Amino acid sequence: MKISLNKKKLTDIAFIVPSLAGVSIFVLIPFIDVLRRSFTNVSGTQFVFFSNYITIFQNAAFRLAFSNTIKFMVICIPILMIFSLLIAVFLNAGIRGANYLKTAYLVPMAIPVASVVLIWRLLFHQNGYFSGLLHMFGMQSQDWMDTGFAFWILVFSYVWKNLGYNVVLWMAGLTAIPDTLYEAARADGANNIQCFRYITMPNLMSTLYTITVLAFLNSFKVFREAYLVAGDYPHESMYLLQHLFNNWFRELSLDKMSAAAVVIALLILVLILGLQRSWDRED
Amino acid sequence: MKHKIFKRILLLLLLVLAVIICFPVVFLIVGSLMGTDELNHYLGAVLGKADGFASWALLPTYPTFKAYVQLLLDSPEFFVMFWNSVKMTGAILLGQIVTGVPAAWGFARLDIPGKKVLFNLYIILMLMPFQVTMLSNYLTLDAMHLVDTQWAVILPAAFSTFPVFIMYHFFRSIPKGIIESAELDGANKFQVFLSIGVPLGSSGIVSALVLSFLDAWNLIEQPLTFLKSKTLWPLSLYLPNISMDNAGLAFVASVITLVPSLLVFLAGQNYLEQGIAASAVKE
Repeated sequence: MKISLNKKKLTDIAFIVPSLAGVSIFVLIPFIDVLRRSFTNVSGTQFVFFSNYITIFQNAAFRLAFSNTIKFMVICIPILMIFSLLIAVFLNAGIRGANYLKTAYLVPMAIPVASVVLIWRLLFHQNGYFSGLLHMFGMQSQDWMDTGFAFWILVFSYVWKNLGYNVVLWMAGLTAIPDTLYEAARADGANNIQCFRYITMPNLMSTLYTITVLAFLNSFKVFREAYLVAGDYPHESMYLLQHLFNNWFRELSLDKMSAAAVVIALLILVLILGLQRSWDRED
Repeated sequence: MKHKIFKRILLLLLLVLAVIICFPVVFLIVGSLMGTDELNHYLGAVLGKADGFASWALLPTYPTFKAYVQLLLDSPEFFVMFWNSVKMTGAILLGQIVTGVPAAWGFARLDIPGKKVLFNLYIILMLMPFQVTMLSNYLTLDAMHLVDTQWAVILPAAFSTFPVFIMYHFFRSIPKGIIESAELDGANKFQVFLSIGVPLGSSGIVSALVLSFLDAWNLIEQPLTFLKSKTLWPLSLYLPNISMDNAGLAFVASVITLVPSLLVFLAGQNYLEQGIAASAVKE
């Protein structure tokens, strides 16, 4: 393959050079170094084959963080997607004030994480609002952040924060479906549920891909809440990969960090490519 | 008839949900206007100063700006962190405009060899969580002796590929005819970009900036990892360091952190929605 670089092409390339240079310097090139380090000892002087990978998979903290993170994603992403799809469908059905409702659902995006944490502390403290509410029904109070319930608080906060974002995404997909499809189906006697099943759902497949990928990306951001409310070592039910990375970073365990970064990058890559492939097959 | 009742109930449910979702904002504002005694009265149970459970009032009984005065006049470190946040957020957004806008234009509109592969790489990078790139970032920053300077937070974020992705979709939707006619008139690549691309894609640029602002204003992991000196910390790390004994200060600091992002959110709401929606529709 021969690439002829005439002057015109060079001007074109100039547009992306600054951005690409930055991305290469801060992420791409050092990631190659991370890849190399994942096969060496901690000082980077000796080649150790897969021993870092074996170490992390035998590491109890890694296994806990890894399985918690997976569990978190498997639970909260479907909840978020189904819930936001329902709301988007309702809002799209010509409800009065739909625009105001949509804005209201987006507000959590603007609330700083640190402020959320203040509310969490008051809500889920042993003598906080949640305990008070349960007390009215004669139930025991406890420090919720220090129980397995902490995990569910994290799920709740993720859904709360991302609901509006996903409603907007779904609505964009919904408005892209031509009305004529529904009109034709209704003329053939289809009811609401049939319309949803045979027109809305198949036409939303491409939106589904984007939403899954973005929901996945945003699920890593709950670390902000988890960390601010509970610090480096939270209740073990919400000990996530993010905590582990932080702790390894502080201990300067660069060998383990490199191996774990490579493992996670690979998993995400496989996931994206898999989703992209099933998405391309749809049309 | 039945249909109408169903719609009413649905609207009511959606309204209740909106109120619950937005309640934290009201809660923070009300709390920030309460005096110390009133806060101690309601939150005493959580603060360990009283028995029973925390309670709350819809409005402060004796509204006061005392806590605001205390924070704004007697807390110099708050000003430093506020200013740090403004500086870092501003620099990040500026960097994203300078490098990101031309790059998005290049990917969307110019003839660059291998751009499909490169753009896919950008999408993959945009989906990688901070934990995957954190070690890469660190290695570069360390080599450049930038760790523990604000550049360590600014530079990697300025080259984020997410805004490029958002703006790309807006530049793609500019009709080809407009660009071709400008080229026929003898405009060169840079003139076309500046006089057609930037103005017609401006809503895309603004929506990318709104999304980036909300993210940059809330950075937690990056400053926590790369900044050791507390005098360099942004506002997002101030709140978690206020102990609950100073509940009044915590409320005010929350509100002040919230105001800029709420203003940007309200002013840029349409752009925000467009920006979110842009990624949902497959080209």
